[in-house]
Amino acid sequence: MIDLLAGFVVELRNAGIPVSLTENLDAMEAIQHIPIEDRDAFKYALGATMVKNNSHWRAFETVFEVYFSLRGPEYKLVDGDESELDQMWREMQEQQQGQGEGKGAGGGGMEALTPEEMMNLLMKALMKGDQGMMRALAKQSVQRFAGMEPGRPVGGTYYLYRTLRNLDLEGMLDKLMEASRQEVGGELTPLEERLEKDEYDSRIDQFKKEIEAEIRRRLVADRGAEAMAKTLRKPLPEDVEFMHASRDEMQNLKKSLYPLTRKLAARLARKRRHGRKGPLDFRNTVRHSLSYGGVPADPKFKYPRPAKPELMVIADISGSVAAFARFTLMLVYAIQGQFSKVRSFVFIDGLDEVTEYFKGVEDISEAIHRVNTEADVVWVDGHSDYGHAFEVFWDKYGKDVGPKTTVLLLGDARNNYHASQAWVVKNIRQKARHVYWLNPEPRSYWNTGDSIVGDYGTHTDGVYECRNLRQLEAFVEKLA
Amino acid sequence: MGTRFESVQSVREGLRAENYLADEGIAGVVFLADRLGKPVLVEGPAGTGKTQLAKSVAEMLGARLIRLQCYEGLDESKALYEWNYKKQLLRIQADKSSDSWSDVHDDIFSDEFLLTRPLLEAITAEDPVVLLIDEVDRVEVETEALLLEILSEYQVSIPELGTITAKQIPLVFLTSNNTRELSEALKRRCLFLHVDYPELEREKQIVMTRVPDVTENMADQIARIVRSLRQLDLKKAPSVSETIDWARTLVLLGVQNIDAQQAKETLHVLLKYQTDIAKAAKELSVEASK
Repeated sequence: MIDLLAGFVVELRNAGIPVSLTENLDAMEAIQHIPIEDRDAFKYALGATMVKNNSHWRAFETVFEVYFSLRGPEYKLVDGDESELDQMWREMQEQQQGQGEGKGAGGGGMEALTPEEMMNLLMKALMKGDQGMMRALAKQSVQRFAGMEPGRPVGGTYYLYRTLRNLDLEGMLDKLMEASRQEVGGELTPLEERLEKDEYDSRIDQFKKEIEAEIRRRLVADRGAEAMAKTLRKPLPEDVEFMHASRDEMQNLKKSLYPLTRKLAARLARKRRHGRKGPLDFRNTVRHSLSYGGVPADPKFKYPRPAKPELMVIADISGSVAAFARFTLMLVYAIQGQFSKVRSFVFIDGLDEVTEYFKGVEDISEAIHRVNTEADVVWVDGHSDYGHAFEVFWDKYGKDVGPKTTVLLLGDARNNYHASQAWVVKNIRQKARHVYWLNPEPRSYWNTGDSIVGDYGTHTDGVYECRNLRQLEAFVEKLA
Repeated sequence: MGTRFESVQSVREGLRAENYLADEGIAGVVFLADRLGKPVLVEGPAGTGKTQLAKSVAEMLGARLIRLQCYEGLDESKALYEWNYKKQLLRIQADKSSDSWSDVHDDIFSDEFLLTRPLLEAITAEDPVVLLIDEVDRVEVETEALLLEILSEYQVSIPELGTITAKQIPLVFLTSNNTRELSEALKRRCLFLHVDYPELEREKQIVMTRVPDVTENMADQIARIVRSLRQLDLKKAPSVSETIDWARTLVLLGVQNIDAQQAKETLHVLLKYQTDIAKAAKELSVEASK
């Protein structure tokens, strides 16, 4: 047990969750009070002692599942040093076993079903929300469609994709809706329809999770927990890279952005309020001394008021870096209160001001949508041309750059071999308070290929690598 | 130290008797907090019953609830203890002539002149107590340090008096709305519990226990509509307490079966931003008919 737990902790740390020694000890103590056969209690005991941040919970769950949930004789597929023949034999045996289980849970010989029958069964299970049936079907469909081979070095997502492609769950949703319409006998009211749809959505989601878990279970049985944990390791939300985030990860990023802005705003406001004491404020001290008969009993100090910068954000929104620009704009606008003024410009090869879109809009995502659809940013061909975009900026808005302005340039500086026009950045810097460049690419890629971030960088006050929320947050804090 | 709870199951049942429906995670952590003698840090969105959990546990144990509401600027004298200056002054003036300096000195720094504040009160209490430190994320990082000694050792050091150790280890709950990251030192000393919006089935049960007049059918509908709303991208998703308020409103209005119209008219109970209300109303009626 101790060995297992030690491995578990190492894996948690590898996944980026900080687990201290005391927490580890606490966990050891905690599980002594918990009946070991109660898996849920066991999980919460470990979670409560080791995971102290909610955004880490998902990572914890995955590791937990790999380490503790999937160990059972029924999943023993391959043991370390067996010959290939043995493997095949075991696999066959396992298949039979799996089918046997399907039979038990599903109440009918599932392996003999035609795909159509299976789909019907699935539909019934989804309609009733029958958990046991759904689990059995998940097992069966992985068995049937995923085509898993032991030792094959592909990720779980590949099998998941294969299984889901065969199941056509999108179509299933429509069918389910149709069925429930018939059940009521006629039309559903819009509200009812919406609710039904959400209900089925959540059930289908659950089914997908079952499938995922099933695939994972089989993979663990095949490759062992340590190897599996490694392939399943996912970056924590704040470490996900903007440039390579999948759609799921994007959703998570969006979710974690809002609490982040709240935290950041609170921290910045606090920083302003609790400014350290400055030099003696002579005038104020004398004024207050009047009430003590001219004795300066109550010295007053000047509090430095950190100036709120004016911010101009100039963002590249061409395909490759759009996500990054979007997050930066969202972050900047969410903490607008920390700047005296924010203006934003977007470009691809043309440039347009989009400040208006954010005015009076409470919903930032809507504003972003408008930026993407309405802003006039294409000049010739819709490929990034930093040089031309900067020229336009200088012509139209250069006069607005003043000594209080901080200019933020966002982009990967991949200029498609156009002229760089770096003199614009140089001019901006001469007029502005600060010019910063944020680059979403890893530092090692800079100045390779058509990236000319170095050309621009020499004229700025600093080029920052900004690949994930953590880095972005750190930068914005520094800025405000 | 005697244990307060038999098992996780008994915690759950006890809380249920107090009309608080705990899920397995909540009950499990409360149970462990008692066994390990550690504070619980409860985190989660506003209105999911974090404070209520502490109250319910106190009620269940028949213990006194001592509450320390945190706010910015909270300091030692408000949280831990304070010397009663006025009384000390009086004591000094009362018999100027008789006592020697050392007598007075010893005397004015004794229990009699100590004003206990919530934290000190909690650990000196003879009767069973539950200590609730509410919204701990509101104090500054520096002030957090105040809590560390009491949370890990259950003792308070007063320079003039020495160290006061707890006679019994109270159950401690800290709640946080997560407006800032709490310090590692604090987190390490606590068990962590994240309370999220409940599952459909549990929310339905909560509505039924908290609003006795509601029918099961209604509760089901309410829970489902609320779940749909939470899936929208809202500024502030409806919380459990708002769900309960909504259920009460509907019962008072005598609604038996919620239709889109009624839902729309009472949305302001659930949602607190105009943009959210507009968005939800649109989603509930228009989107679905597509």
